[in-house]
Amino acid sequence: MGLQVLFFYLFAFIAVASAFMVIAARNPVYSVLFLILTFFNSAGLFLLTGAEFLAMILLVVYVGAVAVLFLFVVMMLDIDFAELRAGVLEYAPIGALIGLILAAELIIVVGGATFSPEIAKAVSMPIPAVTERTNTAALGDVLYTHYVYFFQIAGLVLLVAMIGAIVLTLRHRENIKRQNIPQQVARTPETAVEVVTVKPGQGI
Amino acid sequence: MDAFVSTYVWPAIIMVAQSLLLLVALLLFIAYILLADRKIWAAVQLRRGPNVVGPWGLFQSFADLLKFVFKEPVIPAGANKAIFLLAPLVSVTLALAAWAVIPLNAGWVIANINVGILFVFAISSLEVYGIIMGGWASNSKYPFLGALRSAAQMVSYEVSIGFVIVTVLLCVGSLNLTDIVNAQSSGIGTNLGLPASFLDWHWLALFPMFIVFFISALAETNRPPFDLPEAESELVAGFMVEYGSTPYMMFMLGEYAAICLMCALTTILFLGGWLPPVDVWFLNWVPGIIWFVLKASFVFFMFAMVKAFVPRYRYDQLMRLGWKVFLPISLAMVVITAFVLKLTGAA
Repeated sequence: MGLQVLFFYLFAFIAVASAFMVIAARNPVYSVLFLILTFFNSAGLFLLTGAEFLAMILLVVYVGAVAVLFLFVVMMLDIDFAELRAGVLEYAPIGALIGLILAAELIIVVGGATFSPEIAKAVSMPIPAVTERTNTAALGDVLYTHYVYFFQIAGLVLLVAMIGAIVLTLRHRENIKRQNIPQQVARTPETAVEVVTVKPGQGI
Repeated sequence: MDAFVSTYVWPAIIMVAQSLLLLVALLLFIAYILLADRKIWAAVQLRRGPNVVGPWGLFQSFADLLKFVFKEPVIPAGANKAIFLLAPLVSVTLALAAWAVIPLNAGWVIANINVGILFVFAISSLEVYGIIMGGWASNSKYPFLGALRSAAQMVSYEVSIGFVIVTVLLCVGSLNLTDIVNAQSSGIGTNLGLPASFLDWHWLALFPMFIVFFISALAETNRPPFDLPEAESELVAGFMVEYGSTPYMMFMLGEYAAICLMCALTTILFLGGWLPPVDVWFLNWVPGIIWFVLKASFVFFMFAMVKAFVPRYRYDQLMRLGWKVFLPISLAMVVITAFVLKLTGAA
């Protein structure tokens, strides 16, 4: 038990400290790197609670893909951050309000079981013990067996969103060369080469 | 006090000792893999390759190590010093960290975790950070172009590697790497009534995926013909232009550790891990670790031959291959595999 507590405080402290650094760092690239550190420590916290699947998916999806794109964009953009920072005080009340709402919601969700212990019995899909079923399989049960239609509909919504984004940004430019690989592969000497016998002194 | 020692101190000592053993063995293996890479490349081009240091050049990698370590590390004046030095460290640490979950033999694994394959997948998707950070921190054009290329390339091929892993998982029903190897002790061959053999391994049952995985692994580790992040004919050395001495060596070490990891992963997912090729007594008598190393070395030999044979891809062709060829194939294979498993009642 002692080690778990130690690691919990280690991960939690680094997560909070690096989350603070995300908004405090002057260089935006540092901010993204601190964000990645925050993700890492959150994954560590998930591991401590036994949610190994969530921990790994957090790493694969958020650190491995989303944060890479963040870093990509931040490195490419030439943003004047001094200018952005000028309006901080103006927006501070709205930010504080949103923060308060989020904190209250988190307390309700996470603290629900503590405030009224009977709420745990009302859960429609009780989580099996880790010894009975690995949590990868338990998540699979919920997503792919009990709520498969909802899960598929969520996937379809995302697909439509993706198609929408592509349609909005796609433009077909004329007058540029495009490579058609099947066409190139299908070329044979008969279709590609023309043998011309040139008579001396005449040319083609 | 005794309880404390037996629950915390002793397991910690054992784990550190195991990790050190694995690390030393792995680094030695990488030293010779590097030499083998150069020798194979040389042989294909009818050269002799490194042959001066030690008999047949066997100590070449160690000579290179000493050379790198004793040189002065040069940090460009405009570089972001902290991130510039952090990048090779990230690259090498991540590449070595994934080895913690790789089982080299039945029970020979440092951390036998339930989600082993996801761990390896997560780590290999993080390896791009070493390259992006190095490219950006160098504060120069070519490294940055190399970093941009590698970011897009590695994220693209991650997708098809993910789907290949999903097909394997559908057949196995577990994310544990040891379970994945054990599941390959029976398969197509045993269903036909033959004794357990190499026909049971996943390379045959999931053949198109084996090829897709192999090629995606080349792209994921920035090996030729997909070495566009460091393409020397267009970007000098890509993201590594500004690096020299020890930081450069750490990038190379990270790269080769990642390559060995992909070889080991191919062995585990498709070539039956430590299982002997045919289930007869004298082959069973050979320790599993030897089969594992032989298979991983074979996969590396293929990596090296591809490097020697195949010209470098153009960047748009690389993207086309990843998104328009591999992604549809692997998506279709996920669906087909799931249907076959459902219809045959295997899952």
